[in-house]
Order: sequence, then C-alpha cells, then structure tokens
Amino acid sequence: MSQVFEQQCRERILAAAAGAPLLLRGGGSKDFYGRPVQGDIVDTRSHRGVVAYEPTELVVTVKAGTPLAELEAVLAEKGQYLAFEPPHFGPDATVGGMVAAGLSGPRRAQAGAVRDFVLGVRLMDGQGQVLNFGGQVMKNVAGYDVPRLLAGSLGQLGLLLEVSLKVLPRPVAEATIRLETSQAKALALMNQWGGKPLPISATVWSDAGHPDGEAITVRLSGARAAVAAAQAALGGTLVEAGIASAFWAGVREQTHPFFAGAGGANEPALWRLAVPSTAPQLDLPGRTLVEWGGAQRWLVSDAEPRRIRETAEKAGGHATLFRGPAAARDQAFHPLASPLLDIHRRLKATFDPRGVFAAGRLYEGL
Amino acid sequence: MGDRLPDSPDFAVDQAALLAALGRILPPGRVYGEPEDLRPYECDGLTAYRNLPLAVALPETEAEVQAILQLCHRLQVPVVPRGAATGLSGGAMPHHQGLLLSLAKFKKILKVDPVARTALVQPGVRNLAVSEAAAPYNLYYAPDPSSQIACTIGGNVSENSGGVHCLKYGLTVHNVLQVRGYTMAGEPVTFGSAALDAPGFDLLALLNGSEGMLAVITEVLVKLTPKPQVAKVVLAYFDSVTKAGNAVAEVIAAGIIPAGLEMMDKPATHAVEPYVKAGYDLDAEAVLLCESDGTPEEVEEEIAAMRAVLEKSGATSLRVSANEAERLRFWAGRKAAFPAVGRITPDYLCMDGTIPRKRVAEMLTAIAAMEKKYGLRCANVFHAGDGNLHPLIMYDANQPGELERATAFGAEILELSVALGGSITGEHGVGVEKITQMCAQFTPEELARFEGIKQSFDPAGLLNPGKAIPTPARCREYRQTRGEQA
Repeated sequence: MSQVFEQQCRERILAAAAGAPLLLRGGGSKDFYGRPVQGDIVDTRSHRGVVAYEPTELVVTVKAGTPLAELEAVLAEKGQYLAFEPPHFGPDATVGGMVAAGLSGPRRAQAGAVRDFVLGVRLMDGQGQVLNFGGQVMKNVAGYDVPRLLAGSLGQLGLLLEVSLKVLPRPVAEATIRLETSQAKALALMNQWGGKPLPISATVWSDAGHPDGEAITVRLSGARAAVAAAQAALGGTLVEAGIASAFWAGVREQTHPFFAGAGGANEPALWRLAVPSTAPQLDLPGRTLVEWGGAQRWLVSDAEPRRIRETAEKAGGHATLFRGPAAARDQAFHPLASPLLDIHRRLKATFDPRGVFAAGRLYEGL
Repeated sequence: MGDRLPDSPDFAVDQAALLAALGRILPPGRVYGEPEDLRPYECDGLTAYRNLPLAVALPETEAEVQAILQLCHRLQVPVVPRGAATGLSGGAMPHHQGLLLSLAKFKKILKVDPVARTALVQPGVRNLAVSEAAAPYNLYYAPDPSSQIACTIGGNVSENSGGVHCLKYGLTVHNVLQVRGYTMAGEPVTFGSAALDAPGFDLLALLNGSEGMLAVITEVLVKLTPKPQVAKVVLAYFDSVTKAGNAVAEVIAAGIIPAGLEMMDKPATHAVEPYVKAGYDLDAEAVLLCESDGTPEEVEEEIAAMRAVLEKSGATSLRVSANEAERLRFWAGRKAAFPAVGRITPDYLCMDGTIPRKRVAEMLTAIAAMEKKYGLRCANVFHAGDGNLHPLIMYDANQPGELERATAFGAEILELSVALGGSITGEHGVGVEKITQMCAQFTPEELARFEGIKQSFDPAGLLNPGKAIPTPARCREYRQTRGEQA
C-alpha cells in the first residue's frame, strides 16, 4: 500500500507542470490557516497507520495520513500521549497536517511545541525523491535538523510520508483551579509562578463577557503529591474534573466561547500574538484570551492589521492572522527581514527546485 | 600536518594580504599569523586531527565580527568559528587555507531576567557560568554537558549539546529561544525570538547542531528553568549489562521519566572509582544512576517507584543518595568518566552513537567482541535514558598501528549504531571525525539536501567548509570499499 501511494505521488510530482502545482493536504482541518493557495490536491489520507510503536522507547512512527485521533487513541492505550497537545480543529486532522501546521496546544509553554517532539521524517521532495532525516532516537545531531525544520513549514518543502514523534507518559494526576483576577494581575502571577518549581501544565486568562468571567484558570499535572502541594500553594477554587477537561478541550480546539463570532465572514478577525511572557497587557481594542503563561495572546479584533503587528513587534514578538476572510489572509504571517526571506527562498529551491508544491501558503512566492 | 580537510574545496588565499586587511580591523594582539601564535588553535577536543590556520582573529564587538566576515567574503577566505574548543568531533579544527575566528572574547552575560526566566549571553560565556548567574533567582540553565565548566554557549548551540539530564529537560535546541549573529556575507540575522516561536520556517532548529556552518553566532537568549526543590539519585547495580539495559526499559514502561538515567559498565567504574572515590561497587558488571527531582513529596513518591522497578528488574543492590553531597559524589563519578579513562590510557577515542534503548545489550555484546577483534580495551558510559552511548576506546598513539585500529573500531561501532536503527552521533557532532560515517547513515540525495541547506545560508561556501557533509567522491569510495568487503 505504502509503495503504491509513494509511486502515485512520485508520478504526480514528476508530471506536475509549471503553473499547475500540487496542494498537499491531509484532512483539510487547517485549510483556514495561512495564505489562500490553489493547486491539485494530493490527499494523504489513504496513507495511514502506525509503522512502529514501542512505548518503552517513547517513540512512535506513523504514516502522515493517519488521523490524529487514531494516533492519540493508540498512545492512550499505553498510558502515553502527545505532550504538546496539538489542536485538531476537526475530526479529519492528520498527523502529517499536525506537523506541517506546527501548531501546539495549552501545554506548549511547559512541554514544548510540535517541533520539539519531531524526531524523524520520511519525505518526498519536489523531485519525487524519498528522503529520510532524523530517526527514532531522542538524540541525533548527524546532519542538519530537517525534521524540526518541517514542523510548521506548511507543505512548502515536501510531502511528509512518515513522521517519528517523541511521546511521553500521561501525568498521573491532574487538577484545575480558578482564581478571579484582572489580566494585568494574571500576567504577573503567571510569570511569578513560572519561575517556581510548580507542576503547572497550562494557564488561561480570559476576559469577562462569557460564562467564565474574568479569571485565570490553571492546570496542574504530575505526581499526586506535587499536584496536591501546588493546589494548596496557589489557592483558588477547584474546578470539577469533567468541567475542567471540557474547558481545556475547548481552549485547545477553539470551541471555547471566547472564539465564537470570530474569524468568519463579517466577523472580527482572530489574531494570534506570540510575545515574551512578560510583555504587559497589549494596548489593542477587542477581546483577549491569554495562554502559555503569557506568551500567547489570542485577540478578537477588527483593528488595523498594521497596528496589531506593530504592537506585537514592539512587545518583542509577532502576530498571525489566525482566522479571517481570505482577502485579509493574504498577509497572514508576520513579514520577514530580508536576509531571512532570502534564506527561505533558497531552502524552498533546495527541496522543491521546480516549484511543484503550491507556493505561497506562508509568504508570497515562497 | 597540513591538509586534513579533503572534503573542502581548494581556496587560494594570500596570507600576507589577509593579515594586513585584518590588521586594519583589529588592533595588534588580536590578530595572529606567526606559527607559534597559531599553534594553540590547531585543534579542538579531538586532538588526533590538527591543522594550522593562516590567521587567527579575536574580535570583541559585533561590528568587528561583521567587518571580518565582509572582508573574508570579499577575499574568498574560509572562516572557522571557535568557542572554547572542547568539541570532540573536530568541528572547530582550523582550515589550513582559512581564518580561525575565535569568539573567546564574547564572554559577557548581558542580562539575566528572573521574571521572564531568560538569560541573554554572548557566545563565549561558559555553560556553567549561566547557571551560576541564574542561581540567586533559584533558576538554572538545564543542558549540562560533561564539559560544562569549560564549554561555551556558542559551541553548545553549534553542536546542539546534551548532557545527563536531557531526557526530562531537553537538549540545547529545546532551551534556546533566540540566536543573533551574522551570515558569512556579514548580514545581521536573528533566528527565533524572545517569544516562544517566530514567523516562517524554523531556522533556529537548523542553527542548533549546525557545527558553525550556517552563521556566526554573537548572542544567544536561553531559557532558564526553576531549580527543583530536591533531587535524589538511586544507584542500582547489576550482574549483567543486559539486565541493566532491560531495567532502563522497565523504568520508562512504568511511566517514569527520570531527571537523569545513566549507565556505566565495569571497565568504566573501575577507571572512575580510584579517581573520584564515589563509592561505586566494583564487582558489579553495570551500574545505573537513576535520578528524581521535584518537590520533596514528588521525589519520595518517584524514588519509591524507581526502587520497586529496579529491584524487580534484577538489581543486585540499590543505594539512594542520603543527602546533596552524596548525590553530587555519585554523579561526580559519571561526569568525570572521560578524564578518569584518560588517566589509565595514553589516548582514547570517545564514540557518540545513539541507538534505540532496547538494542543496548546487543550493542554492548558486539563491542565486547570488537575489543578482541581490534586488540583494544573499551569502557562504556551511556546516557541510557536517551540511548546515547559513549564507548571510550583506549589506545596508545605511540604504538604503530594503534590509532588506525582504534579508528576502525570506532567506525564499526558507528556503523552498527546505524544498522540498529540509530545515529552516528547523538550530541558530539560530525565534524571531521565522523564525516565518512555520514555516507553510512545518509543517501547521496539526502547529503545533497544538507549541502543545499548549507548553501541557503552561505551561498559562497566559506563558513567552516569541509566539515560534517562528505563529498560525493568520499561516499562513492566508501561504498565501493564496503561493497568489496561484503
């Protein structure tokens, strides 16, 4: 099956003519993300299944078209999980799409991002060549770290065929607490807690105007004793486990009420601002939800994109138009400085010299 | 002496002209061109490979770095960046037709931000100095290579250094937020950001482990980690390396991620014990060091779980560190393994293969057979939690043929690492040492992409040429030789 899929892909890549590029796609659950692009779809979903999984090695290798939910179920059976809690954004999300989109969930500040867990890739480049980089081991510095480069590359460099990921045991205990507080106070608290050896695995501050009120929600994960001790130290109100689990799923999948009414037609856009965790409350109109100990700020706003970008940049970070109308998404990502853009162009030419893979998802012409 | 970089293209550099031009950028005393001044720079930690550069430059400012790179770019002079030169693969070995660019004077800690939990440091700052500067805030820099007293952050980024705690706390790539520097053409570049990510491709991931071939680093923003309240280590002794290897898998299977999980075989403990007097049991065939850190409650819970698993896995005896002094003494043995072996043999080669954990016993059995085959002894220390093995092959360079035998021994270990599903290097880098084995791990097409990545950052091919990526000719020759053997 794998050979048939790879052969078909190779034929399509070799046959792809200039001006009729291929669009690499899993379940399409993240089609909304990035610049709008056109192309003949290469659907990876027939290329699925776990290739190798040994829980004691903490590594799983899967074909790129494997549904993310299926992989998570396989890991859960062995008490393990993807610690970066990738968002699915729909039932059809695939593992390849997860890596290509490079998005991480609530646990990112503590556990790391997708790129931190990608150990190896099997890739088909723009000349139809199958290439293996990295591997199934934790430590590997033979050659440049191409697997991590591919995390977040949005299909611009090649077709992911297989990925090897580091997995971790699920925390033994978890508890969620909530403290009512303003955003400024919440940012101070998040940074203060971050400097202490507390088992915090996720933080969210969200504003008034939805059922949670203006409050900081903190998830503690780890050994039972550590969670209990931290819970006592932080105070606040304990959130019932079922409600807590629904809350974190809502933040991860953007079904939380904060995200309603944003990013659609005739709605204000949803922006993602990545800033240093210590950046003060940003002076921007709209609604805000803070994650990652202060390092990720979601903004629902119809402010001028330029103003939002300048504010993020001044704070030491960058802004992404995460969900919005297609026209506005033409500049979804923060502009790059010129030497970096040149490096991006040359990397694209290295992996896809004929421009077979639909360009422009990240930046125009790239 | 002379050309030890057969994978580099040939450069025609006028040494006198280069020195004269460097003299216009740097004051006297920070440019060297006389052989006696160049000699101290002829190698890094891999002392078996040496080369004299045409010149050595020691800039102090970013403007000087930029001017030097612009000059070398214009004159087509290869440049090899160097930190503390503790690297073990020859990554900082000079180019015989080039400039050795020492970043040793970039040793300022620019800022420690206890609230953001970051440190902004120059590349010549020593790894341990970062943790020392962060200590008053109960923070530290997590990656702790054994050379941490001497090695620098710039070198750590270039090699993506690990250490004994990376299973839980990650490698350098997981602990660096932003790198600033210059391309070979002298353009200023920033990779990553003070936020948790940056727009575009993850170029920061490429910089980590790039062996000084993509850009010259002048500033690094690292992540600091809160110091755990308590740490304890369990010493577990085994009467066979196979049992010890299986115990490692059992610990992980029990859902435990130890803060450190290290293994030493009998020859290694025998080398170490007289040197550091850690109190290791010298009758055991293997010892595991299994560390837990966190809150006192957490550590107690985890140590109990570790003990249960290790006992069940057949440990002949267990010892838990009673206090911090004892914990440090237990670790001192492991951290001093390289110098300790250096005491009992005139020379040694340190290998760095990585394999899936379950293949450990198989690998150690094979190494024992190779000891007989090559007539050389080998001690094994092992980052067991990461599957990263450091066989120390002992030889005497003054005995004719021993270096060649040791090199062949090492090559066989690395090739077996690849065959067992691993890698030729886990944390030491390829450099010049393992450039031939790159042909075993990668196809010509994959190696061509590495070359393409290199050219994306350095189209002129002047930054540390001839390292890490073998030429197609070398690999053709390698495959031919292997084919004949098979």
